[in-house]
Amino acid sequence: MTTLTLSEAKPVERPHIKEKYDHFIGGKWVAPSSGEYFDNISPIDGKVFSKAARGNKADIEKALDAAHAAFPSWSKTSVAVRSKLLNKIADVIEENLEMLARIETIDNGKALRETRAADLPLVIDHFRYFASVIRADESSISEHDEHTVSIALHEPLGVVAQIIPWNFPLLMATWKIAPALAAGCCTVVKPAEQTPTSIMVLMELIGDILPPGVLNIVTGFGVEAGKPLASSSRVAKVSFTGETTTGRLIMQYASENLVPVTMELGGKSPNIFMKSVADADDDFFDKAVEGAVLFALNQGEVCTCPSRILVHEDIYDVFMERVIARTKAIKMGHPLAEDTMMGAQASNDQFEKILSYLDIGKQEGAEVLCGGEKASLNSGLENGYYIQPTIFKGHNKMRIFQEEIFGPVVSVTTFKTTEEAIAIANDTMYGLGAGLWSRDAHELYQVPRAILAGRVWVNCYHAYPAHAPFGGYKKSGFGRENHLMMLNHYRQTKNMLISYDKKKLGFF
Amino acid sequence: MTQATNLPRVLISEAAMEVIDTLRKRFGTDLMFHQSGGCCDGSSPMCFEKGDFKVGASDIWMGKVYGCDFFMSADQFEYWKHTELTLDVTPGRGSSFSIEIPMGIRFLIRSRIFTMEEFENLIPVKTGEEVLEEN
Repeated sequence: MTTLTLSEAKPVERPHIKEKYDHFIGGKWVAPSSGEYFDNISPIDGKVFSKAARGNKADIEKALDAAHAAFPSWSKTSVAVRSKLLNKIADVIEENLEMLARIETIDNGKALRETRAADLPLVIDHFRYFASVIRADESSISEHDEHTVSIALHEPLGVVAQIIPWNFPLLMATWKIAPALAAGCCTVVKPAEQTPTSIMVLMELIGDILPPGVLNIVTGFGVEAGKPLASSSRVAKVSFTGETTTGRLIMQYASENLVPVTMELGGKSPNIFMKSVADADDDFFDKAVEGAVLFALNQGEVCTCPSRILVHEDIYDVFMERVIARTKAIKMGHPLAEDTMMGAQASNDQFEKILSYLDIGKQEGAEVLCGGEKASLNSGLENGYYIQPTIFKGHNKMRIFQEEIFGPVVSVTTFKTTEEAIAIANDTMYGLGAGLWSRDAHELYQVPRAILAGRVWVNCYHAYPAHAPFGGYKKSGFGRENHLMMLNHYRQTKNMLISYDKKKLGFF
Repeated sequence: MTQATNLPRVLISEAAMEVIDTLRKRFGTDLMFHQSGGCCDGSSPMCFEKGDFKVGASDIWMGKVYGCDFFMSADQFEYWKHTELTLDVTPGRGSSFSIEIPMGIRFLIRSRIFTMEEFENLIPVKTGEEVLEEN
């Protein structure tokens, strides 16, 4: 029986949360047309803590009406004003950071130290980043000859649909909302059904900053609200983060409407530790150990979770001994306790799914190096969704090496040569994130170039700063987030080809 | 002793059958499953009204489960083919467009490794395109 390391602090107070939240449409709180609400269960204790409006096609149509009504004016609103409003949103979030961090923790189950230090600060910075880049953004002009000028001008796409995942509810919403609004689009947002509350609390704070209809939020189930939104002929683009089957379904709808999509569909990210990592037992070695243990960040519910550790066989013992010890030291406990390092999985079905992978891993013959079970916590957390951080040792053909478990589970294997490390790293359907740890200057460049992934962290992991483009290769999707290039995912190009020649062509 | 042949690749629990019955009645149509991969609700089976999700040459038909076609993308199947899947349900609030979610439950896959003998006697798979041509 594994002994858990437990948090010792008392949970902080819960902020006030309303009994239920309506949709936010056209700058107003709008009751669902069905009159129905669904329970939002906190992963902390498995108890209902609020209700969300059960949106349907009628609500989506209302939101699209509002967004279309707002678009003519918003698309012509000066960048100075758009920038000012985005900055104001950031300021209001900053003033309410602690409250929002606590609500995000209650909604999602992640530890408060993460919502305080990562989710909310990144949300704030992201709004400021897109507020900034549009002030410096320029279209292009070229002189084809002395009489002919081509102007390539950006124009916003229109009304867009954005479907948000539940692993970083506010941050993932921000990754989509901020660039869309900055680009001059209006949006209808559908949050995930597991985490529909924190964004509504956010809208209570920022709802009146933007003109009515620019930002609309409709909660509900995928099949009832997400599908009519994604399949609507009234949206100019669909942006989706989630899994592959829904991604394909959304592309299927988009193909019927001939609109573009961006897809972020997850990964099975390799985290490679070259032999030189263990050349000294110094700060860098310590950093690399932490880099391996980052699989437990956000309970592993990250598309780029470094869920495969590839370690050189010569340093396996010295490195993994340290990684296992560090993993065992992860404090579990009430997610609202300030010393808790890892909280609850976001929902019961995720919890059950992770347990099913712990089972298949053991059946496939993988060795459990630590964890491997659910975590039975007490003091009111008995019905929460807690899993012990788990390290498996096995080989890359096992299902636990190939499938996104989306839990605090990492699978370790060894390699002998750099070529083998690259081959294992690329033996996956996905290509979102990867990590490379080395003291060798050549490897630091050559290995990341050989890995088929959109983001390779080199001697670091799990940093998501604005202005570093983020997105996938292979089955992990396409399109990028987190960078000013996102603006062009929400714009099209108006080319004005102008002749300043008074003379005719002479053809006719 | 003769070895059983055409062993199923996908089994189903009693609880999952009941949910399928309920959904068939509610939607008044046959259903289909497509096993998802990737982040968030990935690695979960998605249930749709039959034909709503377009399958093709890059999908594998793994058989029928309680009368429903069960598909998986071909590249994912490569890593799953040695495992027997059991379609089950669990309480929970999944996201995605899977049609059982409003009921507050989620389809879930439980897995078991086939023995070598079983593995050699499984029902043959087809591509989604071949299934479409047959229908």
